[in-house]
Amino acid sequence: MIPGAFDYHSPKTLDEAINLLNDLGEDAKILAGGHSLLPMMKWRLAEPAHLVDISRLSDLDYIKEENGFLCLGAMVTESGLENSELIAEKYPILKDTSEVIADPLVRNLASIGGNIAHGDPANDHPATMLALNAIVVVCGPNGSKREINIDEFFLGPLWTALGENEILTEIKIPMPKQQSGGCYIKLERKVGDYAIAASAVTLDFENGKCSSSGIALTNVGPTPVRAKDAQDVLIGTDVSNEVIEQASNLAAEASQPVGDHRGSEEYKRGVVKTLTGRAILKAKNRAMGGN
Amino acid sequence: MSKCKTSPEVGGMGHSVKRKEDARFIRGQGTYVDDVVRPGMVYMDIVRSPYAHAKIKSINTEKALAHPGVAAVITGETLKEYNLHMMPTLMSDTQMVLPIDKVCYQSQEVAAVIGTDRYSVADGIELVEVEYEPLPVVVDPFKATDSDAPIIRDDKEGQESNHIWHWEEGDKAATEEIFNNSDVVVKERIYIPRIHVASIETCGCVSEFDKATGQLTVWMTTQAPHAIRTVLALVAGHVGLQEDKIRVISPDIGGGFGGKVPVYPGYVIAIAASVVTGLPVKWIEDRRENLQADSFARDYHMDCEIAADKDGTLNGLRIKTLADNGYADAAANPSKYPAGMFSICTGSYDFKNAFVEVDGVYTNKPPGGVAYRCSFRVTEAVHAIERMVDMVADEIMMDAAELRMKNFIPKDAFPYHSPTGWEYDSGDYHAALQLAMDNIGYDELLKEQKEKRERGEFMGIGICSFTEVVGAGPSKDFDILGIKMFDSSEIRIHPTGKAIARFGTKSQGQGHETTYAQIIAEELGIPFTDVSVEEGDTDTAPYGLGTYASRSTPTAGAAAAMACRKIKAKAKKIAAHLLETSEEDLEWEVGKFSVKGVPDKAVTIQDIAFAAYTNHPQGLEAGLEATHYYDPPNLTFPFGSYIAVVDIDSGTGEVKVRRFMAVDDCGNIINPMIVEGQIHGGLTQGLAPALYEEISYDDEGNITGGSFMEYLVPTAVETPHWETDKTITPSPHHPIGAKGVGESPTVGAPPAIVNAVVDALSHLGVKHIDIPITPEKVWRAIHKNEVA
Amino acid sequence: MEKKSITININGSPRTGEVEDRLLLVHFIRDDCALTGTHIGCDSTHCGACTVLLDGTAVKSCTVLAVQADGREVATIEGMEGEALHPLQEGFFEEHGLQCGFCTPGMIMSAKHLLDNNPKPSEEEIRCGISGNLCRCTGYQNIVKSVQYASNKLQSSESAGGK
Ligand SMILES: Cc1cc2nc3c(=O)[nH]c(=O)nc-3n(C[C@H](O)[C@H](O)[C@H](O)COP(=O)(O)OP(=O)(O)OC[C@H]3O[C@@H](n4cnc5c(N)ncnc54)[C@H](O)[C@@H]3O)c2cc1C
Ligand code: FES
Ligand code: FES
Repeated sequence: MIPGAFDYHSPKTLDEAINLLNDLGEDAKILAGGHSLLPMMKWRLAEPAHLVDISRLSDLDYIKEENGFLCLGAMVTESGLENSELIAEKYPILKDTSEVIADPLVRNLASIGGNIAHGDPANDHPATMLALNAIVVVCGPNGSKREINIDEFFLGPLWTALGENEILTEIKIPMPKQQSGGCYIKLERKVGDYAIAASAVTLDFENGKCSSSGIALTNVGPTPVRAKDAQDVLIGTDVSNEVIEQASNLAAEASQPVGDHRGSEEYKRGVVKTLTGRAILKAKNRAMGGN
Repeated sequence: MSKCKTSPEVGGMGHSVKRKEDARFIRGQGTYVDDVVRPGMVYMDIVRSPYAHAKIKSINTEKALAHPGVAAVITGETLKEYNLHMMPTLMSDTQMVLPIDKVCYQSQEVAAVIGTDRYSVADGIELVEVEYEPLPVVVDPFKATDSDAPIIRDDKEGQESNHIWHWEEGDKAATEEIFNNSDVVVKERIYIPRIHVASIETCGCVSEFDKATGQLTVWMTTQAPHAIRTVLALVAGHVGLQEDKIRVISPDIGGGFGGKVPVYPGYVIAIAASVVTGLPVKWIEDRRENLQADSFARDYHMDCEIAADKDGTLNGLRIKTLADNGYADAAANPSKYPAGMFSICTGSYDFKNAFVEVDGVYTNKPPGGVAYRCSFRVTEAVHAIERMVDMVADEIMMDAAELRMKNFIPKDAFPYHSPTGWEYDSGDYHAALQLAMDNIGYDELLKEQKEKRERGEFMGIGICSFTEVVGAGPSKDFDILGIKMFDSSEIRIHPTGKAIARFGTKSQGQGHETTYAQIIAEELGIPFTDVSVEEGDTDTAPYGLGTYASRSTPTAGAAAAMACRKIKAKAKKIAAHLLETSEEDLEWEVGKFSVKGVPDKAVTIQDIAFAAYTNHPQGLEAGLEATHYYDPPNLTFPFGSYIAVVDIDSGTGEVKVRRFMAVDDCGNIINPMIVEGQIHGGLTQGLAPALYEEISYDDEGNITGGSFMEYLVPTAVETPHWETDKTITPSPHHPIGAKGVGESPTVGAPPAIVNAVVDALSHLGVKHIDIPITPEKVWRAIHKNEVA
Repeated sequence: MEKKSITININGSPRTGEVEDRLLLVHFIRDDCALTGTHIGCDSTHCGACTVLLDGTAVKSCTVLAVQADGREVATIEGMEGEALHPLQEGFFEEHGLQCGFCTPGMIMSAKHLLDNNPKPSEEEIRCGISGNLCRCTGYQNIVKSVQYASNKLQSSESAGGK
């Protein structure tokens, strides 16, 4: 339970951090909240030679609305999200997600940036971000900055579109439309466990009909899974119980679970169906002004 | 106990006085083994096998030894020089300390690295190169005795199969006869999987050997320091470690639950390392090592049959069990009981006959199994009988409570002789179940369930009316490695009337410093705050077999009472001297002797204590102290009735324990607050295996629950709010009428929960579900019609 | 291995050490500072026995590097008692919130964080609040009561002393 040796670097600025990454190359890892990385290092499943600590970069910890987007700095912690009034009021799906991640102590350090950058399909925010059509903002050497559509971000287990010398600095989420709602529901074996499966749903309504929707699933594939057919079937409907049933079935079909200690493939599909149905219903209620 | 004999200040039996030990714990001032630091101390870490069964072809220590900070690497060969590579288990089997040529379970100790600090030894174990050649593995105990199964213990002479022992109890022919003459026979194979005690503190030790004096001191996470000292002397006497030169100190223990009874190889290696190096060596296992290699509990495959009549009369019980012992029989059972007290399986019911047999086998898994918060296989027995009784109820369509009431051993039948040979001391089973039913509103719950079922909702009610057997035990039957299972107490009253009491047991959270002081307060009237209690140091404490299997109150608690009575007898002589009267004219009332009929002519115990050292009568020895070794005449039989109410989410299969009513009867109660705390904890440790915890293995013998990631210890969120109540039926043979309580809830909770879940699903045809009841098992029953 | 010089303010006193970069905060606290009230119960960041406050926030000190805490404030169980026991310590004592005591320091530090942010938590909020801390002995019920005790005591002393 003791990590292998490494050199720790604590840059003062983002540029300094990026330069370090650039110079140290693949031997270096970013250290954010450390709650995915350090446990792996303690078990010696990861043995980076250098850690570049970005947790002291104060300019990465913000939650604000700007130019039509909710902007989350990479170092916003899960408890930061949980306790934000803005999030509770306008983005309950994010609060749903934070609240079911790990346990309250882990949430005090785990960062939203790390949760996404880690590229772990068992992590909860990735599916939420897919459902929210988020944009990942990434900074690289020489002041370069690019925006990656969330659909292009997750490439495989623990594998993302981030370059070795890039830092995820911000997540941008389009501000909700007039009548919209979202919800995240996770089934876990106990507090502190990763999801057996989870479902993230966002819905926009115009004139009583669903105008757009996002549905994505956690821990039922090599990456978070967008359930496209399930999304589509809702559009143009009033999201009746029959349509919800259809969409849930399509989500279950879209999922690609493998059997493991959390359950068989068949069971996980069943869970996806149940959770997606419930999440759609709740998202709809929220869009209609309920809770 | 509604009425206490002593005042709250004296704090004798029945008072919920606050715990004395807490003063240090709430300040972070406890001393657990990892808090022990000795000058010049070095650290040890252990290389473990990735394979469940493999030949060791070579061990190369070169790179490890070259690592800065690493001082030595110990292998089986090193230990073999001292003939310390093998050790006996508590069941007189043998076990490797470090292997010479093969490993027999995954995570088995292979070599140990000694170095200056935790970090360098952690690096060192990564650098030890071991070459293995995998061997075929035995994982499934049912295949262990197949003719083509590899022999795991080929090191044992005459061991020609993986079968270890056969044990049986009861009248086979008579039971058969009953089965042939009953209306209904219900059968089920019930499996209680491997679980782990998972105390939050893992195991470890600091071993310090003084080369000059030959003195060995070991601070060690052990529930039984004296037994450990004796075992060490037996194992290592030939290298000069005599029992008088060994001091085992059990410091504060962060939870034991049976897991800190065995001697683990790590301890022995650390001791050997300190003897060889002459330095103090610290070894603290991490959580994975703890879950993967330390003794497991349970792992019983039970083929159960009950014979009953249509009217609900239970006639006969038959259970054939396969016990998966892993690589060695390292259970902590009394010698004569390889399957522990499993034959208590007739439970609370008046069976005419019963027959139980158990076979133990070796497999390529870690050795065990410990008596996890349960007196030697009682959990398994209770699970079997309480599940089977529900299955009978289901079969003949009788209410599960009614069936129990009909078959309970009646109150006036005690002492009761069970068909498997036990003599139950006392009980009132009807009263306990009735109280539980009244408290929880059983009839209303049945109504609610009916309504919910009509609406398609799943709700279940489950009962468990268990009988426990604890307090091992009478020396004619009970010993571990030949050492009789008495326990001891030594009490000294100081001249100022304060006392020190020492015991052979060892608290791991049970609050002995408080409850033993209360027993003494009750007996002698000395305020409990004036009594210091010490345990766990073999240099000072009287010999005893330690704390497990709820035996401390039944044995050491009784020893305290008996020692007090010896003291009181002498105190009476001194009182007579002081009051210038004869002993016959004196009467005792809490804390003082007075002259009969003249209440103000009295001397307090404090006066007497002072006189014992300053003014003792001629012809009487000075001082006021006594030691007692208590050899119980019988075991004690706590019991209780539990009712669980569960709700099931049919979409996910999740089970929620909505209510849980526990009525316990543990005889007279020393400290109700502590007893209730024990019950809360025990119930939670019953909930855990019922719904969450399991250690399982894949076909290659790889463990699949080896960290807290996969070994699902419930948090405060999964744990329900427990409701508790009690009845009091004192033990007639115990000096203070107490029975022991620590394990009842762990034993009683799982079947109550399983019975509730099965009840919720019974209309789908579900008869039985093995624990842990995962959401998937429930979901399958509902959606895939997979019913057992 | 090159070492770094760090200073961490623990319970109000600065503690300086020369440490390896990989040294875990929990080992700095326990081994370097000999503050052994903070415990270690796992290797996977699940048990919470190692909980301390880092700049006032409850964290698992087995999953923080000592160098990460350089220049920051750490509070451990040893710093909880002032002139009198902290109401949480008192609560655990009064309500029998502990048995073996191994989880207790972590529980108390977690509960401190909880009450600092939510002075009057419901039973459910307390259960969620301490769900990063495992206790094998108590079944949590008396821990919940202990936290409620402290919450009440803190409230009443506030209303008594405050105005
Ligand atoms: C007991 C436990 C239970 C958990 N349960 C859950 C759970 O149920 N659901 C869940 O979602 N998560 C869970 N987690 C994971 C937790 O939320 C992680 O902390 C989180 O996923 C990673 O965030 P971090 O800030 O800790 O990242 P770190 O551990 O610091 O980093 C993780 C990875 O991302 C990289 N990285 C971090 N930040 C950036 C960045 N800004 N730019 C580029 N790369 C970066 C790092 O180099 C590293 O490879 C659990 C963790 C623990 C210890
Ligand atoms: S030691 Fe278990 S969480 Fe830190
Ligand atoms: S009191 Fe023992 S682990 Fe909590």
